[in-house]
Parts: sequence; structure tokens; C-alpha cells
Amino acid sequence: MRNVVVESAAAALAGLRDGHTVMVGGFGGAGMPRGIITAVAELGLRDLTLISNNAGASGDDLSLWFRQGMVRRIICSYPRSAKDFGAQYRAGTVELELVPQGTLVERIRAGGAGLGGFLSPVGVGTVFEQGKQKIAIGGRDYLLELPLRADFTFVKGKVADTLGNLTFNKAARNHCIVMTTAADTVVAEVDRIVEPGELDPESIVTPCIFVDRVFARSPA
Amino acid sequence: MSPLDRDALARLVASQLPHNAFVNLGIGAPTRIANFVPNEAGVILHSENGILNMGPAPAPGQEDWDLINAGKSPVTVAAGGAFFDSSLAFAMMRGGHIDVAVLGAFQVSSGGDIANWSTGRNDGEPPGIGGAIDLAVGAKTIWVMMDHVARDGSPRIVAECTLPLTAAGVVSRVFTGLAIIEVTPQGLEASALRDGASLEAVQAATGAPVRLAGQVATIMADGTLTGAH
Repeated sequence: MRNVVVESAAAALAGLRDGHTVMVGGFGGAGMPRGIITAVAELGLRDLTLISNNAGASGDDLSLWFRQGMVRRIICSYPRSAKDFGAQYRAGTVELELVPQGTLVERIRAGGAGLGGFLSPVGVGTVFEQGKQKIAIGGRDYLLELPLRADFTFVKGKVADTLGNLTFNKAARNHCIVMTTAADTVVAEVDRIVEPGELDPESIVTPCIFVDRVFARSPA
Repeated sequence: MSPLDRDALARLVASQLPHNAFVNLGIGAPTRIANFVPNEAGVILHSENGILNMGPAPAPGQEDWDLINAGKSPVTVAAGGAFFDSSLAFAMMRGGHIDVAVLGAFQVSSGGDIANWSTGRNDGEPPGIGGAIDLAVGAKTIWVMMDHVARDGSPRIVAECTLPLTAAGVVSRVFTGLAIIEVTPQGLEASALRDGASLEAVQAATGAPVRLAGQVATIMADGTLTGAH
């Protein structure tokens, strides 16, 4: 039977290397996989492209990556109040692609759903239309937005079963859900792992088809 | 007469929200509106990070850091609350399912343009756009709540925004400590004035022509309105 449980952070990150594109779930601290983020920081990688809603705050979060200069480029909607990213940004050592949050999540959704892009009215008439193709549909202008995919996605779930089905805690779903659809390797950090059948099918938020590895930070 | 304080302004906006509306309150001052929405109004609050029927802040010690609002402060869920992912949260916003969004702003133009995102030009921080732009484009009604003038006294309601826009032609009403200003195809109309403030005083603080609406209510110091609105 399928079993995607890995016993160590090292096994959860096998294959991750310099230059990879990585999606990290979370909105602020909710849904942020802190254990995996810390383990990645210990690898000391270089030239990562990071796709995330925020850029850390100042603790055991994505700040760890920026402090070490691991990220070359970030695609993000709100990287403010992020001390270590801010320092790198001001020093010109990291490139920022600023994306409206709804566009960010939909670009990831498109990447995970096999779509070549989508048309959004968000950004028309603003600096966010620069460099994008504008297409009129039914008399309204839209911008062509292109899909995003990654080599790895890291998310924080609540409970997983050994197949990789996931539940989430409250508002921790946020960007995690679409990110699990849009990477070659998807790793979920969870609080607890159970046997198949123990999760109510009605409660499963991310079906196991999207999850490659499950890692319990503190095994139950 | 002094402009309304933040709580009074929040009370004023709260009193105008339609009953049973789906409402998103922007980060910053608009978040305060939630404290003044009466239960009987039946307003259902949406949060961009995946909450419908968001409740007030929890009691100290009861925080769950997976249950936060768009400003990343701990909240609760009200009875009938629901959780969902960001894709669905933004479908609600961009897809016209939110009845009213109340946003803060740096500038609003007489044509309803809004500039409210932090470009980082003034504070040395990286820029951040977040989800306010999706709300500004997608919510059915966009209200702005802000100080009438900037700290240096310059108007924030202007003929044309000088700051980078968040969205063009979307704002329908602006609540300030001095007045309620309606954005109409014929230009700006004051539908309420702070008690003791004249149209001339409001005009002097505004960077575009303002005229009186057909009926003008009076805004009292506590944010309540007298007269028709």
C-alpha cells in the first residue's frame, strides 16, 4: 500500500538543491511549515526562487533563509515587516516580483491545474499591468497572467494519513491548498500521522494524490 | 469642532453597513469597524486568508495562531463560521461576492481612483500589495475610511491621485473625520458633514470640487448621524 511517511527532515528534503524553485505555504505564521523551513535553512542552499505570500517576520521562519542569503528571487504579495528580507532587498541581493495576492494564488492554481494562464482584471490601470498582455473580453480589459510551478512545495497540515491525505487547522489552509497541486515534489509537515481510514473522507482537504512526502515534526 | 477620532469614525461606518451584508474590512483603521457593528445588523465578515463569519479577538490566553485576520492578529469564528483556502477566498473577492469592502487609503480621486498600497518609497521597507487590490477590483461596493487630510495638511481627496494606483474608478463613498463624500458621475457630493463643519471648510480640505448632496446629514462627535442619510 502507498505510504508517503518519511522519518526525518533530511528524507523529506531529498533532492532539493541549489537553484530550485520552492513554494512555501502560510499566511503570516498560519500554515507555515516551521520545521521544514528550519531544516532547509540547515542545508545552506543557494540561488533559490521562493514563492510565498510573505517573506518571514523575524523569527524561526523564512527569515532564516534570507539571513543566509539562500534566496535569489522571491515571488510574493506582501513582503513587508520582514526584517531579514528587507535588509537583503535594500542591499540589492534579492530580486522581488511583487504580485497581487489573488493573482499569486490563481497563478499557482493555474500551474497546478494544467492551465496556460488566465485573464484577470486586477492590476488594469496600475503599475501591475506593465509587461503584461492586455486582452478585452466583453468590453472589459484583462491582463494575461501566467502559471507558476515549483520543484518543491512545503506546507503545514494538521493530520495526515500514511497515504498522504491531509487535514488543516482553521485558517492554516490559505496558500497551502493550491501549492500542493503545483510542484514536482510536495512535502507536508503535520502534527500527527494516522492510518488510512481514520480520517473522515468529508474532512480531507487535500487528497493524497497531491502529496509526495509527509513528515511529523514531533511524531505522536 | 474637531474631526472624529478613529473609534467614532469606525462607529459611523459600522452604522451604514447594509444588514446581512458580506463585508471585508481592510487592514488598519477599517479593522476597528468590527467593534461597532451591532449583532442585529447580521453582517458577515470575510477575511482574505480564508474565514467567513469572522468573530472578535479572543480572550487573552485563548489565541490560536492558525486563526488570524488579514492583519495577522488573532481572531475567533462566529457561529456559522467557515474556513477555506486562499483561492476560494479570492474568488469571493474578485468574483463580486463581497457586498462591501471598506479600505484605508492614502488618496482617493474625484473619479473614484484609489491609491492605498505601500510602495516603500517613504519608509525604506520593501513594497507590499497584498490582497487589497483584489478587493478594490472585485467587491460590489468599495468604501474608503481615512483622515480627510494628510499629516502635512494636504488633501487626500484629490482631482487625480499622484501616488501609484491600486485600482481606477472603483470607490463610491469616502468616510472621513469631516464628512461623508459620495463619488458620483457628476463629481464629489457631501452627504454628511461633521457637526459644526461648513461645506466651505470641507472644500478647503479637499483637492477637488465638492458640492452638497440633496440631503445632508450631520455627523455627531460620537460618530452617530442625525438627519436623513
